[in-house]
Amino acid sequence: MTDLLAARWLFGTSLAFHIVFAAVGVAMPLFMVLAEWRWRRTGSPAYLELAKRWAKGTAILFAVGAVSGTVISFELGLLWPRFMEFAGPIIGMPFSLEGFAFFTEAIFLGIYLYGWGRVGPGLHLASGVLVAVSGAASAFFVTLANAWMNVPAGFEVMGGAASDVRPFVAMFPPGWAHEVVHVLISCYVATGFAVAGIHAFYLLRERENPFHRGALRIALGVGAVAALLQPLSGDFSARQVAATQPVKLAALEGQFRTERGAPLRVGGLPDEDARETRFALEIPYGLSILAFHDPRAEVLGLEAFPRENWPNVRNVHLAFQAMVGLGSAMALVALAFLYYRLRRLPLPRRLLQAVLLTSPFGFLALEAGWLVTEWGRQPFTIRDVMRTADAVTPVGNIAIPFIAFTVLYLFLAAMVIVLLRRQIARSPPASELRAPSSAGGVA
Amino acid sequence: MTAADLLAGAMLAALVLYALLAGADFGGGIWDLLATGPRKKAQRDLVEHAIGPIWEANHVWLILVVVLLFTGFPRAFAAISITLFVPLVLLLFGIVLRGAAFTFRTYDNPEDRVQVRWGLVFSGSSVLAPLVLGVVVGALASGRLAGPPEGVDPLAWLAPFPIAVGFFAAAVFAFLAATYLAVEAKGPLQEDFRRRAIGAGVAVFVVAAVAGALSWAEAPLVFAGLTRRGFSLPLHVATAIAAVTAFVALFRRHYRLARAAAAAQVTLIVLGWGASQYPYLVVPELTLTEAAAPKATLVPVLWALAAGAVVLFPSLYLLFRVFKGERPFSVVDRPSTPGKER
Repeated sequence: MTDLLAARWLFGTSLAFHIVFAAVGVAMPLFMVLAEWRWRRTGSPAYLELAKRWAKGTAILFAVGAVSGTVISFELGLLWPRFMEFAGPIIGMPFSLEGFAFFTEAIFLGIYLYGWGRVGPGLHLASGVLVAVSGAASAFFVTLANAWMNVPAGFEVMGGAASDVRPFVAMFPPGWAHEVVHVLISCYVATGFAVAGIHAFYLLRERENPFHRGALRIALGVGAVAALLQPLSGDFSARQVAATQPVKLAALEGQFRTERGAPLRVGGLPDEDARETRFALEIPYGLSILAFHDPRAEVLGLEAFPRENWPNVRNVHLAFQAMVGLGSAMALVALAFLYYRLRRLPLPRRLLQAVLLTSPFGFLALEAGWLVTEWGRQPFTIRDVMRTADAVTPVGNIAIPFIAFTVLYLFLAAMVIVLLRRQIARSPPASELRAPSSAGGVA
Repeated sequence: MTAADLLAGAMLAALVLYALLAGADFGGGIWDLLATGPRKKAQRDLVEHAIGPIWEANHVWLILVVVLLFTGFPRAFAAISITLFVPLVLLLFGIVLRGAAFTFRTYDNPEDRVQVRWGLVFSGSSVLAPLVLGVVVGALASGRLAGPPEGVDPLAWLAPFPIAVGFFAAAVFAFLAATYLAVEAKGPLQEDFRRRAIGAGVAVFVVAAVAGALSWAEAPLVFAGLTRRGFSLPLHVATAIAAVTAFVALFRRHYRLARAAAAAQVTLIVLGWGASQYPYLVVPELTLTEAAAPKATLVPVLWALAAGAVVLFPSLYLLFRVFKGERPFSVVDRPSTPGKER
């Protein structure tokens, strides 16, 4: 394993691990606040129990997210010192603002978690809202930095160093909006479906348990709306990627030739040497319509770009297909759920099974989408400005920390699963939860 | 004063706060490891109770320093990340294991065996993190990181002075934690932490003397800062006053005063380090000016810091107000809660 490859594996593993906790940190506080709000409105003890258990889950996941995020912030320099030396002054602004968002998140999560009964109900709920808002703000700022790596802006290159830096231009590079929107929505889809799946599992055993019913309503309510918004945001992304990163679009669609009326490929296996994508179901004009909203629009193929600037087309295409496929499946489940929910019909068993089945899809799609954007930018770490190979640290033996961190992450992941089972899974008996407590809130 | 100086000042201030707040959280972990006597369990419970709601917020000061370093002084960030790769990776392991184990212990099975196991990970990593943090600081100040431009020596930091600074950091954090915990404890537990604070204070002196002696040969800028710069004497006098106040207050059981004096002492130590090494960020390779980002970056970041502070400090005050009582930073022990246990 070369040091470059080891560095990419270490950074990729760290991010793939952290991104799960980061996404949970965006969405879970919203669920927890909604549960508390429902409890204060209805007085139902099931919602109080839910708010408390979700808060505990959030505490565990947030702590792992906070420390794994610390690893990322150091690894930026430990693994990619040349990248940070160049890019730090340009994209430091969103990172600095993210620092304050993280402060707000940590402070008010502390107040929320340890403040039950210590602070007034208004402050408690407001703290939860602030955690949810600042979690989303953190994701917003960090994604801006990634958007800049995809479409760098706000500086000139003079003798290998950046000059004429305009931090606020760099903070909002062309195409920032689609990436930020897509990432934020993905957090709610992924967390919503994952949480809903857990509660669907218990509802399949005990259909009337109010604790799990309330949980499913909140988690899937948010998740389903987000899952239906995500295809729209995906369409917006396709058009912006087509305009700002044509080589990435070509790779993720497996489009080798430049042509008018390009087809949309579903599935298929790109072959870089033969310069074609085999076994794909081709929808005529589909890609031109999706990318430019015009069936006759010209789509640049990979052949329009030097071969040494291509990403790994097969990986990018497959990851993209996976993301779209998983997202579509979730959108279907979302439609069915909202149909029953809006008509106030009981959820059929089949639907609960579908929710259980699609439970991991959101996080799988999120990881796949992240791979699309990262693999799709290779071989560059800053598109057309700095190659990943030129960014890497001169420190050798990176395989050693790679193995050490991988073991650490596996250990943490296993422990998190064990602890979440302890906290969330053991459902309170329905009998305890049915009657609204006399001391509870009033409608 | 340039924009780079201002930003470096802000980073030093953030490091002071990191030492005073997160440092004390690590110190709490050290006292978890060293819990002894009949009130062992109560000592550990107090540590857990004291740091539970605040450690994550306290930890963010370090993130802020890292972000400001790569934004404002990108060359220094790159140089430090390369030459101090090994201790920084160890620091990350300490940080990750401390945070994860602390949280896991809170939410895992309350059964003793499980709690003790997580407690060991928590307290062990609470010792590791300050040690390597001190090593990093010591190595930066020592000037050992200068090497031939090509070829990296991954173990250049491994020398007596940085290691002495590592032990110094651990002792200082333990001292801070014990003085804070003495304020929050009651009855015999308060005596436990009072004794611990005095012991740790003595340890701080001993390790400081060793590190100071080593700096004569190994860290000339630090040694000069300790002995013959313009600020040396006033700094020594102020630090000595703070240290003596802390000891006297501990002996006379004025816990809040002791806590404030200990915090002042640590603040002066960190500021003294910054002053000794000024204008170098990495001795002797990079000065602030050499490492600084363009002004077009520095000025907006300073404004962002000012805007962030307006949100941050009231929020932090609220946090401490909720969990550390009505007058979270007061230096006077209120006589109105007397004599329940003595």
